[in-house]
Amino acid sequence: MFDLSTWYHELLDDNAIFTPATMAHYWEGLVTTTQLVFLSLVVGLVLAVPLAILRSSKRKWISLPIYAYTYVFRGTPLLIQLYIIYYGVVFFDGIQESFLWPVFRDAFYPALIAFTLNTAAYTTEIFRGAIKATAKGEIEAARAYGMSESLMMRRIVIPSAFRRALPAYGNEVIFMLHASAIASVVTLMDLTGAARYVYSRFYTPFEPFLFVALIYLCLTFAILFFFRFLEKRLLAHLSSPSL
Amino acid sequence: MLDLQGYGPRLFEGALVTVELAALSLGLAIILGLITATAKMSRSWLLRRVAGVYTTLIRGVPDLVLMMLLFYGGQIGVNAISDVLLYDYDIDIYISFNAFAAGVLTIGFIFGAYMGETFRGAFMAVDAGQIEAGKAYGMGSALLFRRVRFPQMMRHALPGLSNNWMVLLKTTALVSVIGLTDMVRVAAEASRATHEPFVFLIPVAVAYLLIASVTEWIFARLQKRYDIGFGEH
Repeated sequence: MFDLSTWYHELLDDNAIFTPATMAHYWEGLVTTTQLVFLSLVVGLVLAVPLAILRSSKRKWISLPIYAYTYVFRGTPLLIQLYIIYYGVVFFDGIQESFLWPVFRDAFYPALIAFTLNTAAYTTEIFRGAIKATAKGEIEAARAYGMSESLMMRRIVIPSAFRRALPAYGNEVIFMLHASAIASVVTLMDLTGAARYVYSRFYTPFEPFLFVALIYLCLTFAILFFFRFLEKRLLAHLSSPSL
Repeated sequence: MLDLQGYGPRLFEGALVTVELAALSLGLAIILGLITATAKMSRSWLLRRVAGVYTTLIRGVPDLVLMMLLFYGGQIGVNAISDVLLYDYDIDIYISFNAFAAGVLTIGFIFGAYMGETFRGAFMAVDAGQIEAGKAYGMGSALLFRRVRFPQMMRHALPGLSNNWMVLLKTTALVSVIGLTDMVRVAAEASRATHEPFVFLIPVAVAYLLIASVTEWIFARLQKRYDIGFGEH
C-alpha cells in the first residue's frame, strides 16, 4: 500500500533546507497568517458596516469622529499602529494583573487588534463610497413607497451598496493578506516569520523567501478567483449581455 | 511639553531618510511605470507578456517578503558577481548592498508595477485626435511624446499617481525592518529603551500625516496645472 508519510519523508530526505522540520514551520506560519487575516477581516467587516452608515450621516457630530478615525488609520503605516498597540498594551492600568494578561502578553492579540482596526478603517470608507453612490431614483422610489429611513437602508441602500463595494473589498482582502507579513516583526511566527526563521537557521535567503512568496501568490490568486466568482454571481445584472 | 529624551535629532534624521527614500522610490517607480505601460501597449507579444508577468507577480507577493528577498539575496548575488570578477578577470571590487539601496530598489520595483497600470489607463484615455494633430504638425515620436502624449496623459494619471504615492509613503516604514534607520526604527528603538512608546510613536504617526497632507496639496496644484484648458472640475 502506498504510504503517504514514507513518501513525504523520502521526498525530503536528501534536502538540507526543505526538511520535515522546516515544513512544519511553514505550515504553522500558514495557519497563523490565515487565522490573523481571516479573523481581522471578519471583525473588521462587522465593525465597518455600522461605521459606514454612521459616516454617511448628515449630522456632523456623528460623521466627523468616524472620519477622524478612518483618516488616521488610513494615513499612517500599519507598522506604526502595530507598534503602538504592541508596546502600548502594558500601559492600560491593571492589565498585567487581570485575567486578560496571558492573552495580551502574546503578540497574536495585539497584532489582531491592529489589523482589525486598520481594515475596519479602509472598509468603512469603501462602504461609505458605495452607499454614497446609490442611485437617486432608488431612494426616491423607496420614499414613494413610504419606507422609513431604516427600512430603506435595510432593503434598498445596503444590499446594493454591498454589491457595488465588492470589487474594492476584494482588493482590501488581498491588501490585508500582504500587510499581515509585518506580524513577523513583533515575533509572530506567520508565513514571513517562518521564512525569516529558516533564513536565520541556514543563511540561504532564496529558498525560504521564494517559497513563501509562492504561497502568498497562490493565496492571492485564490482570493482573486473567489471574488471574481462572487462578482459574476452578484453583479450579473451589470455585465454586458452576451449575444 | 513633548520630551523626546534626547532622541529628537535622531528622529529628525530618520524623518529625512524616510522622505529621501520615498522620493527616490517614487522616481524609480515612475520610470519603471512608464516603461511597463509602454511595454503593455506595444505590438510585440513578448513585451506585453513580460510586462504582464511583472505586474502580476509583484502584486501577488507582500512587499516585505520581496524586500527581504532582495536585501538578503541581493548581497549574495552581488558577492557572486564580485567573486567572478576577482577570479576570472582579476578585478578586486567590493560592492556593499546596503539597506537604503535595497529599500529604494524594492519599493521602486513594486510601485513600478502599480504605476504601469495607472499610466496604461491614462495613455489610453488620451484623445486620438490630439495625437493625430501632433503628427499632422510633423512631430517625431519623441517630440510627440514630450509635448502631447505625456502632458495629456498626466492629466488622467495624476489621481492614480497620487493614490499610489500615499501607499508608497506608508510602505517606506517597512525598511525599518531590514535595518534602515528611518523614523519608524528610531521611534521603535526609543520606545523599547525608555518604555514610553506613545511619546515616540505618536509624533512619527503625525509626521506621516503631515507629509501626506503637504504632498496632497502639491498634487492638487499639479492637477490644476495639467487641467489647464479643460475647464473646471
